[in-house]
Amino acid sequence: MEWDYFLNEVVANRDALLHGAAITFAVSLIAILAGTVLGIVIGIAVTYGGKPLRWPARLYIDIIRGTPVLVLVLATFYVSSAVGLNLNAFQAGALALTLFCASHVSEILRGALQSLSRGQIEAGRAIGLTFGGIFRYILFPQALRYALPTWITAAVEMVKASTLLSVIGVAELLLTTQQIISNNFLNMQFYLLAGVIYFLIDFAIEQVGRFIGRRLDQPTRRAV
Amino acid sequence: MNYHFNFAPILDQWPVLLSGLGLGLLLALVSIAIGSVLGLVVAFASRAPSPWLRSLAFTWISILRNLPILVIVLFLFFGMPQLGLSLDKITSFIVALSLYASAYMAEVFRGGLLSVPKGLTEAGQAIGLTSFRIKRYIVLPIMFRNALPAFGNNFISLFKDTSLAATIAVPELTFYARKINSETFRVIEVWLVASLLYIVCCYAITLVLRAMEKRLVLEKN
Repeated sequence: MEWDYFLNEVVANRDALLHGAAITFAVSLIAILAGTVLGIVIGIAVTYGGKPLRWPARLYIDIIRGTPVLVLVLATFYVSSAVGLNLNAFQAGALALTLFCASHVSEILRGALQSLSRGQIEAGRAIGLTFGGIFRYILFPQALRYALPTWITAAVEMVKASTLLSVIGVAELLLTTQQIISNNFLNMQFYLLAGVIYFLIDFAIEQVGRFIGRRLDQPTRRAV
Repeated sequence: MNYHFNFAPILDQWPVLLSGLGLGLLLALVSIAIGSVLGLVVAFASRAPSPWLRSLAFTWISILRNLPILVIVLFLFFGMPQLGLSLDKITSFIVALSLYASAYMAEVFRGGLLSVPKGLTEAGQAIGLTSFRIKRYIVLPIMFRNALPAFGNNFISLFKDTSLAATIAVPELTFYARKINSETFRVIEVWLVASLLYIVCCYAITLVLRAMEKRLVLEKN
């Protein structure tokens, strides 16, 4: 009987749930894209930069990675308004997740770049490529292959971390779920539903990642 | 920007902040202990001869790894009482974090198990050890040593995840930081101090783990 009630409530709240899922999707996508761009820059700085570039990049990574995401989200939200940046909750949350994502991406990229032999850079220089050219044509394509599986894991982490924005009042999927629960008190059922939706999103990303990973792996296999 | 820093209201609460940090560390320690035991069972199940056990293990890992920890925390704390299982907030959070940790630790131990050369278990069989003794004296010691770096990383991320306990009002560091934030409005100072405490703590954990790794490597040579 309670399950009938639950199903009716799901149908009644379907628009809110879809909207929440869309916000989750949007904020995760922004964080992953912007975080990846920023992370690539920081990753290059920390791997190949001279001291004045490498140290700030290292500091950035260590600070962000040493702070819990929830603290990062809360700090970004409150501090941004205290210093006069008028960010709304969505913007502050997206910013916090972007900063978090960038630190992960730069560490992933650094790991991948450091696994390439230095001889490749020297070979690139020998044929007269600039650093930009070496990175673009030699290092990045190879690093991408190493980094992609971990990068996909980071994308899953972003979707998971987006739930923390519910704490600062971004009406993403989890906060929407909580709002629905406050009306009908179906705690278990709706948290379960939210769990299932998050699982499906993350599982789908993971499978896409595996598929792409297999495709990217093929040339190496042929060569061997 | 005309912001006047005033750390006094935060430093007044210093003992409270430290007690919050201590509780966070305690939650992480208990959770990783329970999570490791569970994770070890799941890791062995994932390599069991029975296909049922194997798929059960992989389902366990896949579900828990793809769920946001906050959803697990809220589900256990607010959802389970509906099934007649009411836990207090700290116990409920430890259960949530332990379950979450078990999936990650299972992956760590699975990697560790794969890194134990087959010849060693065969050698154990050759000198007539039972399969339990092979695990106890050969596989596990090597596996733990290989798994230590990944174990450390997981411990640090679990410690950071204890900040989520603030959402169900467990009085750890983030909980107090939010409280002080809303009571004193010393916004920048409070988040600066809270992040610094987390960073220093994570750094200290890293140092301890690195020292442990070094000792174990020496033992190997």
